[in-house]
Amino acid sequence: MQDINTTFARPEGLTDVVTHYCPGCTHGVIHRLVAEVLVELGLRERTVGVAPVGCSVLAYNYFNTDFLESPHGRAPALATGFKRLRPDMIVFTYQGDGDLASIGMAEIVHAANRGEKFTTIFVNNAIYGMTGGQMAPTTLPGQVTATCPFGRDTALTGMPIRMVELLSSLATPAYLERVAVHSPAHIVRAKKAIKTAFTCQKEERCFSLIEVLSTCPTNWGITPGEATQWLDANLKAFFPLGVYKRPEGMQ
Amino acid sequence: MNQFEVTMAGFGGQGIMLAGQLLSYTGLKDGKNVVWIPSYGPEMRGGTAYCTVVISDIRIGSPIINTPTCACVFNRPSFDKFAPRVKPGGLLIVNSSLINVSTDRKDLTEIQVPATQIAIDAGNGRATNIVVLGAFVGATGVVKYDTLISVVEEKLGKKKELFEINRRVLDMGYKIGRERAAQRSHA
Amino acid sequence: MAKILMKGNEAIAEAALRAGATNYFCYPITPQTEVAEYLAKRMPDYGGVFLQAESEVAVGNMLFGAASTGKRVFTSSSSPGISLMQEALSYMAGAHLPCVIINIMRGGPGLGGILPAQSDYFQATKGGGHGDYRILVLAPSNLQEAVDLTMLAFHLADKYRNPAMIIGDGMIGQMMEPVEFPEKYVEEELPVKTWAATGASGRKPLIIKSLFLDPNALEHNNILLKEKYDQMAKEEVRFELYKTGPKNRILLVSYGTMARICQTAIDALEAEGISVGLFRPISVYPFPHSQLREEISRPNVESVLTIEMSMGQMLEDVERAVAERKPLAFFGRTGGIVPSPEEVIEQIRKLLDAQPAPRKAKKA
Repeated sequence: MQDINTTFARPEGLTDVVTHYCPGCTHGVIHRLVAEVLVELGLRERTVGVAPVGCSVLAYNYFNTDFLESPHGRAPALATGFKRLRPDMIVFTYQGDGDLASIGMAEIVHAANRGEKFTTIFVNNAIYGMTGGQMAPTTLPGQVTATCPFGRDTALTGMPIRMVELLSSLATPAYLERVAVHSPAHIVRAKKAIKTAFTCQKEERCFSLIEVLSTCPTNWGITPGEATQWLDANLKAFFPLGVYKRPEGMQ
Repeated sequence: MNQFEVTMAGFGGQGIMLAGQLLSYTGLKDGKNVVWIPSYGPEMRGGTAYCTVVISDIRIGSPIINTPTCACVFNRPSFDKFAPRVKPGGLLIVNSSLINVSTDRKDLTEIQVPATQIAIDAGNGRATNIVVLGAFVGATGVVKYDTLISVVEEKLGKKKELFEINRRVLDMGYKIGRERAAQRSHA
Repeated sequence: MAKILMKGNEAIAEAALRAGATNYFCYPITPQTEVAEYLAKRMPDYGGVFLQAESEVAVGNMLFGAASTGKRVFTSSSSPGISLMQEALSYMAGAHLPCVIINIMRGGPGLGGILPAQSDYFQATKGGGHGDYRILVLAPSNLQEAVDLTMLAFHLADKYRNPAMIIGDGMIGQMMEPVEFPEKYVEEELPVKTWAATGASGRKPLIIKSLFLDPNALEHNNILLKEKYDQMAKEEVRFELYKTGPKNRILLVSYGTMARICQTAIDALEAEGISVGLFRPISVYPFPHSQLREEISRPNVESVLTIEMSMGQMLEDVERAVAERKPLAFFGRTGGIVPSPEEVIEQIRKLLDAQPAPRKAKKA
């Protein structure tokens, strides 16, 4: 309950549980933005989230909505199955870069191509977090990880995959935007994007995916402050922010 | 009759599967137990296609029949493959329009039916299967001919022109089958 | 309702619809694609969901998501496709979610062939995916039974909140036989699905998951699963006896299409005065172990012969039931080769020749 003296409170969309995320990780911020949007749009009570395998595997403990825990990468398939049977409900998947862009590439591309009317929150921190910092499909060229200890060699492993660009090449209508959450201004913009995505779903318009550039100080091996700077200087340069696709007739 | 098995075989596209299905429907309508079983897979693409129909007064066990009571062969490869497999004392119906040999087996009844020619003369070469079906029922009486007519009408009656041809060639086949079988039994 | 002639794949599809399962996900694979083709045509009449997915991996996981709504969901596939669904089946078993899987089996391993086989018995009855779980498996031997068991499978899947599978070989899918559907599908009433995700409105959030990081919680889940399997073993064992009796010298054990072929062999031998019986498991998980043990224990049964379209998979369950009480022989063909009644007869004769005939009473 918020009163006049309350300046900051847990949104109704989150449960009263302390998260397991590392200091400096932005999962908590992204969770909060999604939760706020669900409440503001009046959707919380008819929402089902789909949790991935990865750092946010326990997301189901933190959201005050029904949740399904998916096999690795398959969240878009679960979301498809659920949403097709219950088009009256709001469905979102919450997935990391290993989950969505590696093992779950087929599921996300086909769900987007079919125009499944759910929302995906795609958290890209350029590394596998939960398993301890291995190379992800989004790891930057030269970036050091546990499985590319000499830096990512693009001659052997290819270039990082830009997911929103890839998905925006599909002819199917969709709302696709890349945002970041490493500064207050970026957080404000990110919330707006997430709200637009859920609005698209609420209005039964189209598939929507918001890619959120995120930090992983623990596995990047730097302090939270440095991580913010590294994201701004490197990750953002390779993964440009902006709206990549919006359905026709939408501002 | 306790159980009667017939294998129909020919090229893909000769209506083999349909002929077997029409016979199965007829058996069912006559109150018999029936099983229709196709060959499936790559064989359907251009090789010999065949299906087997079992019509029985008793519960049907094996749907797989290696030695049927009767074989209706629509082309030469099917003749070569299935003529040797017919049970002794059984029946072989040969589409003599496309098969210019006869079996040297003395332990079965062979009936030659110029089915494709009859069908072409009647105005639809694709009705070969209906000629053979008529001949089979004429020769064996395994199902009631009236029931067969009603099934052919039910399943193929939509296009009136084609149905009339089918109906005509069915009769022609039936007559040939009945006459030849009678000749054999008198011989 | 009158009997109608239907192809196995289509009859199974119709049976599912009649059982109220109007949500179907699929990926094409021979020899069961007619299930999908039939449902693509029929589903609009039912206002249900028909979706062709990008892979069987996706199919399995769509079932997972769809089953979470509490509605009846199903898929059909054949051996290699079923392998790809094992991930989701393990998760669904762990999360106590019902669904029905139709497996029209073809020969393997690998891409194998497309002709009939019973070589997925292990995969179906022993879990299939990772983890300590089982699925309920029913094996029809004719199309009426395929219809009845398909409808039953949905009921049992809901009753136990567990995936249930129909295994039929390619013959079951491809053959046509007369089938009859009940005017109205009547089933025992089941509890309301309070476990379904319907939105956290007026209640706490509901989580459907198979993840238990606390070892005690995970073990507890495994114990819950085991309790369900024990209950299945008590309540869901199904089998049929064919011409079993005090004159049987040999007892055959066979299921699915193979069992019908054995029936023909048994009839032929009976005409010669040789008495052979057949024990046909209908539920292959739970397997009718004690019932089979009872049959093989009869003093007149000299030996047991298991016949499968595999190199000997159900054989291991039969071995468990026989437990060396009687000599146990096996005959199997694979690769899509369906043994003929003549081959079965030959095997039975071999077995009879190998053992001395029962002693005849001496003339006085």
